[in-house]
Amino acid sequence: MEKRNTKAWLYLLPALFFLGFFMVYPLIDVFIYSFEEGYNFASQTYFGVGSYNYAYVLRDPYFLQAVKNTLILVIITVPLSTAFALLLSAALSSIKPLRNLFQTVYFLPYVTNTLAVGLVFMILFKKTAYSDGMINLLINWFGGSSVDFIDGPYWAKMFVLCFYTIWIVMPFKVLLLTSALASVNQNYYNAARVDGTSKRRIFLRITLPMISPTVFYLVITGFIGAFKAYSDAVALFGTDLNAAGMNTIVGYVYDMLYGNSGGYPSYASAAAILLFVIVLTITCINLLVSKKHVHYS
Amino acid sequence: MKIVLQNLTKKFPAPGRKSQKEIIAVDNFSFEIPDGKLVGLLGPSGCGKSTTLNLICGLLAPSSGKIFFGDNDVTDLPPENRGVGMVFQNYALYPHLTVRQNILFPLQNLKGKNRPSKEEMESRVHNAAKLVQIDSLLDRKPGELSGGQQQRVAIARALVKMPHVLLLDEPLSNLDARLRLQTREEIRKIQKKTGITTVFVTHDQEEAMSISDLIVVMKDGLIQQIGQPQQVYDNPVNLFVAKFLGTPPINVFEGSIRSEQLYIGSHSVLPAEGIPDQKVFAAVRPEGFIPDENGPLCCTLNGIEVMGRDISIISSHACAAGPAIRSIIAAENRIDTTASEVRFSLKPSKVFLFSQKSEERIYPSC
Repeated sequence: MEKRNTKAWLYLLPALFFLGFFMVYPLIDVFIYSFEEGYNFASQTYFGVGSYNYAYVLRDPYFLQAVKNTLILVIITVPLSTAFALLLSAALSSIKPLRNLFQTVYFLPYVTNTLAVGLVFMILFKKTAYSDGMINLLINWFGGSSVDFIDGPYWAKMFVLCFYTIWIVMPFKVLLLTSALASVNQNYYNAARVDGTSKRRIFLRITLPMISPTVFYLVITGFIGAFKAYSDAVALFGTDLNAAGMNTIVGYVYDMLYGNSGGYPSYASAAAILLFVIVLTITCINLLVSKKHVHYS
Repeated sequence: MKIVLQNLTKKFPAPGRKSQKEIIAVDNFSFEIPDGKLVGLLGPSGCGKSTTLNLICGLLAPSSGKIFFGDNDVTDLPPENRGVGMVFQNYALYPHLTVRQNILFPLQNLKGKNRPSKEEMESRVHNAAKLVQIDSLLDRKPGELSGGQQQRVAIARALVKMPHVLLLDEPLSNLDARLRLQTREEIRKIQKKTGITTVFVTHDQEEAMSISDLIVVMKDGLIQQIGQPQQVYDNPVNLFVAKFLGTPPINVFEGSIRSEQLYIGSHSVLPAEGIPDQKVFAAVRPEGFIPDENGPLCCTLNGIEVMGRDISIISSHACAAGPAIRSIIAAENRIDTTASEVRFSLKPSKVFLFSQKSEERIYPSC
């Protein structure tokens, strides 16, 4: 028994080493930085220890703006993208002809380069000297006036960011959900049909519970992914996100470290820990909710 | 309610290349299931028995032909309007719902004036559960039940709608041998109690023989024979039915008729009056052998199995179609186990002759 334990630990050692070195140690380090005031990388010195960094970050309007942006992004994109993905995959699963073609079409964004996608969105939304962008052309067509989606009002920029995020995360969700739907045994549907179950009830009472582990996985990773959003905003609004008012929490951390106003690892660490706490809280709530609604077979 | 199938045919498009012919799963099927009977559809796998069941259920639409429940033509009705209850091979119990919710499920689908009140639903669930003796398991999930219990839940779920027709697809195939014996009695009892016309599918002839009022033997989408189990066993119309029914299976010899005598090898074993000379398959049930020192059928003795009530003699013969001849005789007989040969005479009522060409029975004449 003893011997077997040693062996087991030996097998685990490589994974433990890498996880410890690259994940646990940095996490602890960041936690320590966040309490060291004015830490300097080069000289490895700091002025004192305390909660000053948190107090500063929590009062920084840029941080508050970033939190607000991130929260809006999370609240809008996670439910919407999951719901759309569910509808799309349900539709994809119920059609027979050209199913493979459609599945490929819906998966393409996943393998498309983020910046290429950004370029396409520029063509759709960006106002230039020559054109107001395709969407504005459409709005004009229906008699509306042009909106500047990239440098204009806050809601317009937020709309583009959410649209972009949903579009980017959708393919992966559609892929997982279509395979989850395909794995539901046809006999359940046959049994439901013999009992005269309506389509709506089949979906809500049979399909959805059967694929609930996948849906739950997508919601959890969706929340975490959306909280960590940064590159999408950069692709749309450039690197000076604070000026655009479209910064995210991760963007704020990055700016504090390397941005034009950067060089403050202590503030960055405090912000990162705050993000960690938020994500942890949300994930715990998700887990609690899931206990009641997710059915593992 | 009686079920009438009229010239029912189901064709499936061939998988793969288009040049291939379509597959005829059920071929011009006509028969009538009398009201309140338990009918077994019996055949080897791929013979179209499950397809037939699905056609009766309405999950599949026939390519041609008609289905009547009583006097109503239900051919174009969807399953839910036919009043059928179906038990699937793997039970198809919803794993995320409790037993109670599973049984309740069909009732909750009912709408308008057909929808029973909450109390009525509850009492119907309770009655159905009581009928199959699972009333103490109502709050468990299917995953927490044994195979036999799941089977009962599936039957309760099918019965709670009070269907006119109950359909069971291989109801016993997922159970172990002992539970199978017990459950088949159970199914028989429930069917008797409720009086619902019941059709079940099986590839196990013993299962079909033991509980059915009527069995339908199928092969390659065609009905081979319909009748009461004993009657089909005693009067198989062709070699396939003779071979398919009975354990141990019937023993087949290649023989010939010469001047109204049946020859197996060079010995005349039985008289065969009025049959023209030809080559035949002579099929002998295991219980049709009588050990007889002067018997005409001389076989090489390979072994003897004593099973208490009976003795099973395993022997071989050059003209036998199979490698071993299994005969069952009463245990009172004394067999010399050291002998290298055993001689039999045959009981005429347990011997069937089939034409080698058509495999149809020629003696006793149908």
